[in-house]
Amino acid sequence: MAEDAQRKRRSFLAALATGLALVATGELFWVASAFIRPRKRRDMRDRREGLIVAGPVETFARDSVTAFPEGKFYLVRLSDGGFLALHRRCTHLGCTVPWDEEAARFICPCHASSFDMRGAVLGPPAARPLDLFTVRIENGIVKVDAGQVIERQTFVPEQVTHPSARRRTAAPPPPRRDG
Amino acid sequence: MGEVPEVPERRGLLRSIWHSIFRGPVVPRDERERRRVVLIHLPLHLRPTQVPEAALRYSRTFGLGGMALVLIGLLMVTGVLLVFVYKPSPEDAHGSLLTLQREVLFGRLVRNVHYWSANFLVVVTCLHLLRVFFTGAFHGARQFNWVIGLLLLLGVLLSNFTGYLLPWDQRSYWAITICASMASYVPIAGPWLQRLVQGGSEIGASTLLNFYAIHTTISPVFILILVGFHSWRIRKAGGVVTPPVVGTPDRVSFVPNLLMREVAVGLGLVAGVLLLSVFASAPLGAPANPGMSPNPAKAPWYFMGFQELLLHFHSLFSVFVLPLAAAVALFLIPYLRYDAEPSGVWFLSAKGRRLAIGAAVFGLVVAPVLVIADEFIFTRESWLPGAASWLRSGVLPVAGLTLATCALAFALKRRFAPTRGEMTQTIFVLLVTAFAVLTMTGVWFRGRGMALTWPRSQPASAVTEIAEAEE
Repeated sequence: MAEDAQRKRRSFLAALATGLALVATGELFWVASAFIRPRKRRDMRDRREGLIVAGPVETFARDSVTAFPEGKFYLVRLSDGGFLALHRRCTHLGCTVPWDEEAARFICPCHASSFDMRGAVLGPPAARPLDLFTVRIENGIVKVDAGQVIERQTFVPEQVTHPSARRRTAAPPPPRRDG
Repeated sequence: MGEVPEVPERRGLLRSIWHSIFRGPVVPRDERERRRVVLIHLPLHLRPTQVPEAALRYSRTFGLGGMALVLIGLLMVTGVLLVFVYKPSPEDAHGSLLTLQREVLFGRLVRNVHYWSANFLVVVTCLHLLRVFFTGAFHGARQFNWVIGLLLLLGVLLSNFTGYLLPWDQRSYWAITICASMASYVPIAGPWLQRLVQGGSEIGASTLLNFYAIHTTISPVFILILVGFHSWRIRKAGGVVTPPVVGTPDRVSFVPNLLMREVAVGLGLVAGVLLLSVFASAPLGAPANPGMSPNPAKAPWYFMGFQELLLHFHSLFSVFVLPLAAAVALFLIPYLRYDAEPSGVWFLSAKGRRLAIGAAVFGLVVAPVLVIADEFIFTRESWLPGAASWLRSGVLPVAGLTLATCALAFALKRRFAPTRGEMTQTIFVLLVTAFAVLTMTGVWFRGRGMALTWPRSQPASAVTEIAEAEE
């Protein structure tokens, strides 16, 4: 009986030691991964600095594309007067897409994906439209939150911010109406 | 002198220091000493005292494993030197390489040796894998050593990949961008994987620092430990694989027979790398510019096979399913069930050799034909216009190619009645050839916008010249 108890105790202790060793190994990897993992604070700093004041609404002509290299986006004003902020990163393999004025489309230099003014895919291999940033229009000033990338599967009209219609702040409506 | 019997011979201080370090002959004079030097000297004790005479033939291994070791040695030495000059931050990295090349004595040469050794290491490791496969050196005691070898290949690729970003020029920046984006196509874990590779939401300072840390600490230590393990297991398996012999094989002493051959190969390789490094420089283009992608933008050459796959197959298959299947198949090679297969015979048999050559020729013809057909005939518009892309360029072509391979295997089986080993070898040769063709297509035959072109004067070299001319 005593021997049996001893054997049980020993196998229990062996299992305990093995378990603790596994836990310790796990902790080692956990700590290591915390060092390699992208740090949150970097992103938060990005987000604070990410708000870019693009300028008054009327400085942007309809049917125009303006590049903002510091925010890594293009501010697009569509023909109906609405604004879109398109991430310049191709959704295929991450290359930077330039706006081709003559062809009136974004053409990726890496694999020739093309996107229209709204960022929707015109030509493969890219499968998704260009990513978006949130556009806000406060008191007739266009501001873009370039810290937070918004992925989308297709273009829908709700993604467009119009100078008069969509207000996110409690500020009074802008005095001027832009057409 | 003779009056003190405890000290039979009085030595001078220098001689006694020498004898305290080398407790035996350094240059052996007879057969007995030739075996003894192997046992008493640390650098040699990893090796056997005697080897089968058959193991001496160069065509047994072509010295590829030893060459990989020599290259790793060169990489360690030059890498340590580079660490003293390199600055791992986006602002300083490119400039520190210019400083290295312009101001540091032999800085460019050291960087070139590091660059060429790293590229050769990928090639030599892959050739070594092929040699081991074709001489059947993965049975019995060598089974698990195949797996360690594959892990070493992963380590070599990890080292190369993390090192690729460090120059922080256009080429390296966009190559890593493309690879990180390829990772994002892995189902479910993709975006997380991409963020892990990038160390953030995009490539920047934290990516560079992470890559630098992995390149200079984790991957070399990983490789060194596994190299030791790999070599030790070769020793335990009885040295390099040799063809079976009747009776006891003729054995010769390791020193000097094998040692001198190894030293000759190693010195020849070092001389070759040095000579190449004098005349051919590692590329250094314009500093990375996140706002302007070069055209075309390519992954490092050893990953171009995957980027080429991405042009032909749906991303789920080219980035996840096919590489995963290939990796699993590679790991399983020693664990498949074979008939009693001879080890140490190239290509198993005369029939195995014929089938392997046939498969290689077939792959060299069919793979380019398929690439061209996919480029010009099965374009996205003309081929099943209504179907979803995962079906049209994913499931259907993959299933079709798998079926074609199975049909080919079945036909070969009917016609030639190969053993399991010969059959596995034939399919292996076919797939390896196809992947090599894809890699070469991606590296040499893809021009602007990744369209198929003939290799011309590389635009990359033009970029290098611009950077050189800047100052």
